[in-house]
Amino acid sequence: MGFRRYLAQKTAVYAITFLFAVTINWLLPRLMPGNPIEAMIESNLNLGPGEKEILIRFYEDLYGLNEPLWRQFVNFWVRLFHGDLGYSLLYKAPVWDLIRHSLPYDIVILLPAIALSWIVGNWLGAIAGKNRRYDRWMMPLFYFLASMPYFWFAMLLVYFIGVKLGWLPYQGAYDPSLVPGLNWEFIKSFLSHWILPFLSLFVVMIGSWAIGMRNMIIYELEADYVRYLEALGASEKLMTKHAYRNAILPQVTGLALQLGLMVAGAIATEIVFNYPGIGILLMNAALSQDYFLLQGAFLMVVISVLAANFIIDIVYAFIDPRVRASYTEG
Amino acid sequence: MSLLEIRDLKIYYRTPRGPVKAVDGVSFDVREGEVFGIAGESGCGKSTLVHSLILRKPPMFHAGGEAIFKGKDLMKLSEEEARKIRYTELSIIPQYAMNALNPTKKIKDIVWDLAREHGYEDRSEVEGLLRERLAMVKLSPKVADMYPVELSGGMRQRATMVVSTLLNPDLLIADEVTSALDVTTQRVVIELLHHFMEEGIVKSIIFVTHDLALLDKIADRTMILYAGKVAEIAPTEEMISSPAHPYTKLLLESLPKIGVRYKETKLNGIPGYPISLLNPPKGCRFYTRCPYVMDRCREEEPPLVEVGDDHYAACHLLGGENQ
Repeated sequence: MGFRRYLAQKTAVYAITFLFAVTINWLLPRLMPGNPIEAMIESNLNLGPGEKEILIRFYEDLYGLNEPLWRQFVNFWVRLFHGDLGYSLLYKAPVWDLIRHSLPYDIVILLPAIALSWIVGNWLGAIAGKNRRYDRWMMPLFYFLASMPYFWFAMLLVYFIGVKLGWLPYQGAYDPSLVPGLNWEFIKSFLSHWILPFLSLFVVMIGSWAIGMRNMIIYELEADYVRYLEALGASEKLMTKHAYRNAILPQVTGLALQLGLMVAGAIATEIVFNYPGIGILLMNAALSQDYFLLQGAFLMVVISVLAANFIIDIVYAFIDPRVRASYTEG
Repeated sequence: MSLLEIRDLKIYYRTPRGPVKAVDGVSFDVREGEVFGIAGESGCGKSTLVHSLILRKPPMFHAGGEAIFKGKDLMKLSEEEARKIRYTELSIIPQYAMNALNPTKKIKDIVWDLAREHGYEDRSEVEGLLRERLAMVKLSPKVADMYPVELSGGMRQRATMVVSTLLNPDLLIADEVTSALDVTTQRVVIELLHHFMEEGIVKSIIFVTHDLALLDKIADRTMILYAGKVAEIAPTEEMISSPAHPYTKLLLESLPKIGVRYKETKLNGIPGYPISLLNPPKGCRFYTRCPYVMDRCREEEPPLVEVGDDHYAACHLLGGENQ
């Protein structure tokens, strides 16, 4: 009983969710209007009258698009379990290779931005929640940060720091004249290109973490168990310690979800900085009806969001005895 | 021997419309080895009174009087001195005892966190004592290793009682601890408090309640508060057999009795509502509801006079000319 059953139950729920999500993810691009093969051939020049039809048939055969929908669906699952996500119509490359090459760029920007903003935001939020004087001017600041659109703040950074002051580069992930490699010159170029997109995400994210933490701390400091500690002569430090431990639990959930969504990239930021991450890939795929690339990229999102949720469900059973108690009882 | 001497204590709440005089010149003693009951209806100041002994947080403030506890005036202690006295010498079982323990900490960790703040250094000693006491209140010693969420409401209540009394405080305040409980659990709580006294874990208890019938079971002496003032103080048995103050009489008459149905006989109540403590009348605070009201009551505040052996009441009917 207990944990084993909880684990089995969660696994089953997540397996079903996975099947549904992937099916919808497969179906949706096919419901979009227009025909991607025709769009692709239009752009090729000087075709004779019969040649276009032959080409279309050739490509449809190649991608298996002339088969009935249910066959395509079966084929999709078979290929998926062989690790084959298909072939991108737009980039003329295997989808998996495209994703594999873009993902690291997202991770180096988003992982530190999410993790550091989480730490700083929780810290600032806790200070604001405990101290009314700080709270008075910090809360409006948090709300301002949290409601700034990512692209807007990114554009401010580009304009002022990149263009006006010329301190940092704001285009691409590294100097295009360099060949990527483990040498000092490349690393230096990569880091200087990294700072602005990182900042644009980090600063905006701080706001919402801080708001969440501030509200939780206020709620927890008012809780009965803190009043009891105080009545029994606990120091300010001990009360804060107990309250902070409980206030941070919902924030952990938020962190896990953000990390799960990391695979989707940061579309707005990547566009502003022309940063070669998954976000740009996704946008181009959507604009040119690249079924396979869209499907592949969304599949990664589905998997990582589900994985993050699953992990947090398990971790929660360890860090929050209330969750553990609820499944051992029921 | 008095453990606690309250002299003319005034505890007010600051509000934009002026101070609310929740406790307004209350005097009494709590003797060593007794259970002292405080009763009164909602808003009479009984909770304010006992909480002010432990912690006065704004808007609550001390507006006069003394509370001498073991030779020290609780109202004049520095913050750090007051913090040290709490738990080790003066402890409380709160009204919300079932939810008083942090749900995400093991009970032994909560206790150790608190004991360490009061200078205890040997963790195993504190934990050993905790297990011993848990067994005393008929809980498994394993409860020490459990989280409060894993316990039922009644078990949490008992666990909180153990935690509150663990460091053998001289004076224990039990604030409405039985109010939200069914009668079976009420009995357990009363028995445990009695047990704590017998074992010498606590020297005296202040038992706050609105249930007079319950005080009869546990309190040696009882004080009736009305609108922030003392109405009557007497040994509990005498108070119930021969109440002196009209308010006490009415309170006792209003206790619901078995066999009397509301449809047939109206419940006896005290007509009217307690007065506003923002601007109390200058005379007796009960005159607006008192069936024996006289002209004098509206003008002059009645002093507390001795009406029997160890029995005091504040009413013009009982004489007590201006000394």
